[in-house]
Amino acid sequence: MPNGTIAVHPQELDFYHEKGKHSGILSWLLTTDHKRIGLMYLFGMMIFFFTAVTLGVLMRLEMLSSENTIMQPQTYNSIFTLHGVIMIFLFIIPGIPAVFGNFFMPIQIGAKDVAFPRLNLLSWYLYISGGLFAIISLFTFGGAADTGWTFYVPYSIRSSANVSMTVFAAFVLGFSSILTGLNFITTIHRMRAPGMTWFRMPLFVWGLYATAWIQLLATPVIGITLVLIIVERAFGVGIFDPALGGDPLLYQHLFWIYSHPAVYIMILPAFGVVSEIIPTFARKDIFGYRQIALSSLAIALIGYLVWGHHMFSSGISNTSRIVFSLLTFLVAIPTGVKVFNWVASLYKGSIVFDVPLYFVMAFMFIFSIGGLTGLVQGALPTDIHLTDTYFIVGHFHYVMFGGMGTIFFASLHYWFPKMFGKMYNKRVAYIACTLFIIGFNIMYFTMFILGYEGMPRRYYHYLPQYHTLHVIVTIGSWIMVSGIIIMFANLYRGLRYGEKAEQNPWGGTTLEWKVPSPPPVENFDETPLVVAGPYVHDRENYIMHPGKELH
Amino acid sequence: MADNNTQEHTAGYGLYIMVWFGLIGLTLITASVAGINLGSITLVVALMIAATKALLVGNYFMHLKFESRVFKIFISVCIVTFLIMLILTFSDLSFR
Amino acid sequence: MNENLEAVAEQAPPAEHIHRDDIGSKMGMWLFLLTEVLLFGGLFLMYAGYRFLYPDDFKAAALELNTMVGTINTFILLTSSLSIAMSIVALRREQKKLCIYLLVFTLLCGLIFLINKYYEWGTKIEHGIYPKGPAMEDLANGQVVYFGLYYVMTGLHALHVIAGMTFIIFVLVFIVRNKVTSTNYMKLENSGLYWHLVDIIWIFLYPLFYLIH
Repeated sequence: MPNGTIAVHPQELDFYHEKGKHSGILSWLLTTDHKRIGLMYLFGMMIFFFTAVTLGVLMRLEMLSSENTIMQPQTYNSIFTLHGVIMIFLFIIPGIPAVFGNFFMPIQIGAKDVAFPRLNLLSWYLYISGGLFAIISLFTFGGAADTGWTFYVPYSIRSSANVSMTVFAAFVLGFSSILTGLNFITTIHRMRAPGMTWFRMPLFVWGLYATAWIQLLATPVIGITLVLIIVERAFGVGIFDPALGGDPLLYQHLFWIYSHPAVYIMILPAFGVVSEIIPTFARKDIFGYRQIALSSLAIALIGYLVWGHHMFSSGISNTSRIVFSLLTFLVAIPTGVKVFNWVASLYKGSIVFDVPLYFVMAFMFIFSIGGLTGLVQGALPTDIHLTDTYFIVGHFHYVMFGGMGTIFFASLHYWFPKMFGKMYNKRVAYIACTLFIIGFNIMYFTMFILGYEGMPRRYYHYLPQYHTLHVIVTIGSWIMVSGIIIMFANLYRGLRYGEKAEQNPWGGTTLEWKVPSPPPVENFDETPLVVAGPYVHDRENYIMHPGKELH
Repeated sequence: MADNNTQEHTAGYGLYIMVWFGLIGLTLITASVAGINLGSITLVVALMIAATKALLVGNYFMHLKFESRVFKIFISVCIVTFLIMLILTFSDLSFR
Repeated sequence: MNENLEAVAEQAPPAEHIHRDDIGSKMGMWLFLLTEVLLFGGLFLMYAGYRFLYPDDFKAAALELNTMVGTINTFILLTSSLSIAMSIVALRREQKKLCIYLLVFTLLCGLIFLINKYYEWGTKIEHGIYPKGPAMEDLANGQVVYFGLYYVMTGLHALHVIAGMTFIIFVLVFIVRNKVTSTNYMKLENSGLYWHLVDIIWIFLYPLFYLIH
């Protein structure tokens, strides 16, 4: 068939309705279909995300006044710890790979599923168990860890809170991440459709591939570090405890050796999605495909070299501070390559403005602010003043939430019709996104000012001079959260009552847009044959029924 | 694409036994050398011998020598990553 | 209309179409081994850091370890690697009985290794050398750290020996039941790969703990 559309078998069932070995709830809980697993991740993730959002709202309510507003200091410590643990390990790190990577990566490479479908299901169970452990730790004797999500020793060894359970939750979640990375690397190496060379893969897949390598190699390091905390607390071994000869800085090194690369696990898939959305709405091939693909690998590599910038004031040597500061500036380069190429892709394109592109525009603005403030922190003289202040809190919310979070929302709005076969109300989506952007910037930009003026992070009390700014931040949080609630309510409404979506509502050129909405269980009738790159608009890039067409 | 066959090169018992002799030999060397005080390079020598043993196990017992290039790249990436972690951590420790 | 849909669904070809990818399976195992390397890597990093900070304490503490037992354990693991490598050759040459004997021998080696470990730890614990034990109070900080690392690293290694042996037992059962054969032996190869890694980790643990003189 010309231009790559397929004649759908009128009786072909989508993956929701095709009868498998199990029925009812078991058809979900025992599935090995990557699409169902992706949706199960989405379901669990929404519960964890909104739990952590609630914790955040509570935190901001507490910070409305300098004294005790709604909770005790000990509670506040546990709440900001759990807010961080849940957001980072249950939303930002797994978010895009586990939901959209699982659902779309096999389709985008022309495969029926991932390399190890049962391992994929195991990853999901580990994810859910880890999340449950984290939440349960809040209600156990001692309460959730009150150490901050960074679990620094010696406090994490001494604290009477239930640090071990919170840490164990993070360990289990790390395992889930490792197995997903392993699965994706093998899938991408072994299961690409005929004709799909490495440089004909969609850039989303490149982003997932680079991410998978970080997941694979960095996560075990925090795995062992977390295990050591539990062992240290249980047996008093003496490897971290300074009273017994341990070095707290070695802990910090091991912790950040993972946790810095982790931020690239968070953002690389998001960058990949941006590289999908832009050519679709610019109706034009992406500019500098090869450079964007390779920059993903470069970011992954350089990301391993910079962790010390989290430790500038901890007591590490001057030599290492200079080394890490220099390396930190380097990582901005491949990121800059991406941003310039995206802008160049839009230039002279035949742009169609629609909801996913709106989210991407918001991302560009927000992430640029986040990235630039990272440079301020990477410079030693400025960092000494800003470290452990609200400036840092503003920075990481800009890049993590404003970066990955905005693109997670964008992915939902881009791929919604494909996943669910329905369309949402676009006008409400625009309004929700606008509210989100306004609230986000009021809330987090003010934090830069707070931090610059000296307000420390994780503090429960504060001096009167910071009061007005804190109130502004909290009001910003209300605007932002209302935007998020409207967004999800709109999506839910679209799911239940939305109009039926076409196969390709946005005019995308990658393989997922060449299969029905929603796709059938095995994704394709026949393995497609790839004859051109992923973003060509003016000619056929895939032959969907090579058996029929070529013989 | 049914690609079921693993290695074209079929190692025999003889090759493995020779590798084993090499490993035992290196172990005996490293154990006896440990008594000699070579100052600061004692550790380096011990690690070099250990690395040689690891290479023998990896290349022959684990077939790495005969696998496609992808596997060799994988293990190299892993080792390089670990070395980076070690070196940068020591940029702190050795200059405190 | 609904019955037509159901009828078509039942006649559709089975969702699981048997397509084995041995290289993919091997790749998965290699990637998993890389994660194990980095897991122990974190511990080796700590060892390196602490040895750099406490060189004399490490030397003093290492005298407590019995070099002979460590060397014998090294020989045992190296030999078990040989036997499992040979077991794959045997299976491919249709020498099923020899394959099984070699795997049983491998398991025996693992068991003896663990028994040695048990006695090693036992002697130390009797002398009060264990986390929070009575002898620890008299030791210098660096020595406490040395023993901390000793227990954690050899303990984690022993856990991996047990895991490897479990894997081999499963594969042994598959071989006996002809589910792993001369033409379908990836599971055996993968269990071998895992076992060799356990051996390689010990190859590095041995000089770092037993040969500091």
